Amino acid sequence: MSLLNYTLRIGDSSLILAQRLAEWCTNGPTLEEDIALTNISLDLFGQANGFLEYAATLDGVKTADDFAFKRNENQYYNFLITEIENGHFGDTIIRQFLFSAYLYLFFQKLATSKDEVLSALAAKSLKEIKYHLKHCSSWVIRLGDGTNESNEKIQSSINKIWEYTGELFELDQIEKDLVKKEIAVNREALKFEWDQIINTTLNQAKLMRPKDQVMKTGGSKGIHTKHLELLLKEMQFIPRKYPDAKW
Amino acid sequence: MIKFALIKLLLMDDKIFQEKIDKDRKIEPKDWMPEKYRSHLIRQISQHAHSEIIGMQPEGQWISRAPSLRSKMILLAKVQDEAGHGLYLYSACETLGISRDQLISQLHSGAAKYSSIFNYPTLSWADMGAIGWLVDGAAIVNQVSLQRTSYGPYSRGMIKICKEESFHQRQGYEIMAELAKGTKEQKDMAQDALNRFWWPSIMMFGPHDADSPRSGNAMKWKIKRQTNDELRQSFIDKTVGQAEVIGLKIPDPDLKWNEKRGHYDFGEIDWEEFWNVVNGNGPCNKERLDHHINAHQEGEWVREAARAYANKQIKN
Amino acid sequence: MKETTNVWEVFIQSKNGLAHKHAGNVHADDKEMALQNARDLYTRRNEGSCIWVVKSTDIVSSESEDSESFFDPANDKLYRHPTFYNLPEGAKHI
Repeated sequence: MSLLNYTLRIGDSSLILAQRLAEWCTNGPTLEEDIALTNISLDLFGQANGFLEYAATLDGVKTADDFAFKRNENQYYNFLITEIENGHFGDTIIRQFLFSAYLYLFFQKLATSKDEVLSALAAKSLKEIKYHLKHCSSWVIRLGDGTNESNEKIQSSINKIWEYTGELFELDQIEKDLVKKEIAVNREALKFEWDQIINTTLNQAKLMRPKDQVMKTGGSKGIHTKHLELLLKEMQFIPRKYPDAKW
Repeated sequence: MIKFALIKLLLMDDKIFQEKIDKDRKIEPKDWMPEKYRSHLIRQISQHAHSEIIGMQPEGQWISRAPSLRSKMILLAKVQDEAGHGLYLYSACETLGISRDQLISQLHSGAAKYSSIFNYPTLSWADMGAIGWLVDGAAIVNQVSLQRTSYGPYSRGMIKICKEESFHQRQGYEIMAELAKGTKEQKDMAQDALNRFWWPSIMMFGPHDADSPRSGNAMKWKIKRQTNDELRQSFIDKTVGQAEVIGLKIPDPDLKWNEKRGHYDFGEIDWEEFWNVVNGNGPCNKERLDHHINAHQEGEWVREAARAYANKQIKN
Repeated sequence: MKETTNVWEVFIQSKNGLAHKHAGNVHADDKEMALQNARDLYTRRNEGSCIWVVKSTDIVSSESEDSESFFDPANDKLYRHPTFYNLPEGAKHI
């Protein structure tokens, strides 16, 4: 059961963030960036699909679509940072940058998991995330070192989103047990390298790293912000309205 | 004397130009071309580009509600392709000496048009099927023909677009086929979408040839290779059988096979509705344009920042 | 101070070992953005193994009115093609 739960945690974060990013479609600041954001979204949907398919195998009854479309928000285990609203382009870029830096380190380690499926999924995802991180880093630098307006805007984006980063490096008992079995990643240990990636880029972008504060947490326990409920309501609208239909 | 020589020279250019066209040679950006050829192309290509971009909206609205992971990824990839195709077409248009900024402001001011089909709302998931199958189907008939257009950059853009777009129609038809064999509610949904999108799709080919004032030059210059009516007929002939296969009924009581012509006869198009939507009174004209204008304005600070950053790099 | 975004021509190498081929263009303010935009626009279907971008304004093209003087002189120099030569019957591997 704990492996299923762990797999859902990974898949859920990719799924919810993908759903958020897809909202950028037709709303990008340039057409080129519209395509770039939906490309990242598509990568994340692909990853979510992979992890939820594995969850379905572990579960034995439910399908990946059941997991995506028929769970309530308190049965979703994604990180809170993935569900917060897109805000303006700077907010989205900062969220994506902070999270991609984390995912990059996470998938690097998960690729060595003793669970072969998880390690294969991680290895495939890693290539995608590496590009996301590159793309977002260059935007952080452009916006940070662009105009005064863009610098102020994106600085306040970081200040606002920072409280969602603590959760990325917190372990609960389920994960600790799986770490011992060399299946899960010890996320606490990723913090040092993550700090380095973030500091280097922020420095280059002439942005200030916010002071560590009280962090928001709860995703892995199914405790979410108000945003997730609305997101799921829209995402699950059709399958919930027509429960007998296949799509 | 000088003026006379100049006119003679222009006439010569015109003659050489038409000879090139008649020999099926492509016209390239740096070649001499009549001003009317250039302006006709700018109007047509930009309208085509804007259609791709505005056309992202009716489908884009359903990405968040797509009912399975598979259909979600497919729809997102498809709408993304439309952005790409818009970009190919803006590029082709820019080779005629107009910038993308100018093209966008023509769209926003209403000076440039886009295909009226995108001013209809998408009311159910089945509309994703109807759009892919009918709207993309109609667009593909037109685009396949335009691969042979006389302007090089436009023709090359069309070739690339046709290659990528072949999955779009299948995606839509697959949705319709699945719905048609689903629950009663799903089948009704599919039939309803077909009912609403059939006539607007037929109208996508534009007025009858006899009522299409600019067609003459466009055919002479081989910008267009087939007339509106020819293309419309070819689309209808293809589509009737596809509807039969999945058990849906095309909403046209006059539709029947004409042995003598070797084509389907079809009912009279409601041209009043057509012109009404073209002239801005369709159900979603304002919504579509407002959405585009709004997104463009929201992105202004980002584009400014990127320019400012690039300028600093040049200085350093 | 430039006010508009640059246009960059994009060249894609579809497979290792092949030549880069012109694919089209993209708009971008800086070279990194040009590369990334080209990647997202032109290689979504596995079309690429390497991308070049170059500012459109840096491309020099021959003029179409010069095309006769540029290219026709090569027309009559058939001796540059291997089929121009007569070989004795029976000669192989040449």
